Amino acid sequence: MGKFTDNDRARLDELISRYPTKKAALLPALWVAQEVYGGWLPPEAMEEVAVHLELPTADVQGVATFYTMYNKEPRGQHAIEICHNVSCMVLGAEQLIQHCERKLGVSATGGTTPDGVFTLARVECLGACCNAPAVQVGGTYYENVSFDQMDALIEKLKSAPSEVMSPPQAAMPEMREF
Amino acid sequence: MSEQPQLLYRHRHVPGINTIDVWCQHSGYENFKKALVMEPDAVIEEVKTSGLRGRGGAGFPTHIKWNAVPKNRDVEHYLIINADEGEPGTAKDRDLMNGLPHLLVEGCLISMHAIRASKCYIYIRGEYIEPWKSVQKAINEAYAKGFCGKNVLGSGLDFDIYTHLGAGAYECGEESALMSSLMGERGMPRMKPPAAPLPMISGAWKRPSVVNNVETVATLLPIIEMGGAEYAKIGYGSPRSRGTKLFSISGHVEKPGVYEIVLGTPFSEVLELCGGVRKGHTLKTYIPGGSSMGFAPPTPLDYPFDYEGIPANTKTLGLGSGGLIIFDETTPIVPITQRLVDFYHHESCGKCTPCREGLNWLHKIYGRIMAGAGKESDVDLIWDICDSIRGKSFCALGEGAIWPVMTSLLLFRDEYLAYIRGGKDAMADLNTIGLDTVTRIKGAL
Repeated sequence: MGKFTDNDRARLDELISRYPTKKAALLPALWVAQEVYGGWLPPEAMEEVAVHLELPTADVQGVATFYTMYNKEPRGQHAIEICHNVSCMVLGAEQLIQHCERKLGVSATGGTTPDGVFTLARVECLGACCNAPAVQVGGTYYENVSFDQMDALIEKLKSAPSEVMSPPQAAMPEMREF
Repeated sequence: MSEQPQLLYRHRHVPGINTIDVWCQHSGYENFKKALVMEPDAVIEEVKTSGLRGRGGAGFPTHIKWNAVPKNRDVEHYLIINADEGEPGTAKDRDLMNGLPHLLVEGCLISMHAIRASKCYIYIRGEYIEPWKSVQKAINEAYAKGFCGKNVLGSGLDFDIYTHLGAGAYECGEESALMSSLMGERGMPRMKPPAAPLPMISGAWKRPSVVNNVETVATLLPIIEMGGAEYAKIGYGSPRSRGTKLFSISGHVEKPGVYEIVLGTPFSEVLELCGGVRKGHTLKTYIPGGSSMGFAPPTPLDYPFDYEGIPANTKTLGLGSGGLIIFDETTPIVPITQRLVDFYHHESCGKCTPCREGLNWLHKIYGRIMAGAGKESDVDLIWDICDSIRGKSFCALGEGAIWPVMTSLLLFRDEYLAYIRGGKDAMADLNTIGLDTVTRIKGAL
């Protein structure tokens, strides 16, 4: 059984109306599915999107697996993503990553802590080069991060509600006014 | 010091400038109104006179792209904004979208009028949730004020702007891959002219489409405001590089940030503007415009920093996207280059063999050099692989990937040999890069 509610389907229909073809709504639709399915895309989620957009499931899987931000496996409540590209690297990103690996006891290749609270990942250039090193948690950027700021952030997140990467369609009702 | 007029960033620090009310108090949407009463071709003519070139990296003259669009409205035309800023070192579009979202929205409207488009899709990379919120709010406000929607300002023309979020693929910054992604496909590049029709004739959904960078359309505001001829007078270097450009300056400088700099300003002055190389250190090398442009030697520095000015003997590809990264003498080049190789290896879409296989080999060879198992012949092997990718990859990703590698070999061959011959430990270098930066005591978040 799918998880999409009538409201979710209405959101998808609104998205479809923005483009000349149904297929074009695939990327935004996968964002919606990822939100509905708790931060990742199990095969059922892709199946549901495929049915709604009238696409072959293989097409949807092909697209979902091409893009790194569609998660193919469950993640922790908070995904701490640290930019490791050159601008951040020369200002200590590599050390920050190793610091987090030691602190959380997981590998920064997408490891999740046993309690399921944190996922730690290296990511490519976040586009915050001028304020390196940069860290992203959910949709929020933290810049110029030092070891002690990272520690404070981890403490803060322990008691914070999970922030699933807020997909664009979250703000749709507000947009429909116009 | 040369004068640096702020055309885009004039109101950057006005409180509340991201809201439409404050934006309108600072002559917001006046330029759109001015352009709207002009004929579309007159707008293109102004842009031609101004000498505006695409600010995304390629520096292609904007008016040529626009003039290739059919001059009728038989089918729907699309304006697609490339906000898929992913080039390592480039952070200008994010700063612009966060701080001045109405600059982008108004620029889109002017651009749509010029190319007779009724729909605009702003393709924002998936990581940019904050810029996306900022731009979406600005679009909502523009709809509420009647600058977007049907029959805008009684002109009889429709202007609809939508945002479209990517999902983390560097390749989607390539024009044809971006259109594939917008159409709901894997972000892979397509055949280019002359083997395929121009996107301006048959682009997204086989309809006329223009892909412009965020900064390119934002630059339309000063052009419309002062007129193309006046705009063309700005510039200290080549007659083909006019106006101002945003540069995101990062790495080992005193004051990293996004700066609006007149094209042709001497590079040494650009360095001074951002406070110079961090205190107590000297310049080792720099990347002038995003990692794909390659490393440049520390001398000469007194050349005009514009599309034509970068001396040919530096071997870098040029100004690119304006992502200037400065490295001081503490920087080990091999781990840095390995990082870039791994980046391109990760982001290669896998469509063409030279890029897919070549980068995989480079990834492996750098891995073994870093692990202390490199061979002296690896240096020539790396060069040979790069040569097999150069000019032979399907799109510019492969070309961009090898340029930092080749320039690093040209400039720092000795460092490679030091690691290979065992004089230096690459992993030890990797483990200390930037350590002083992250261990400094700063206030809690």
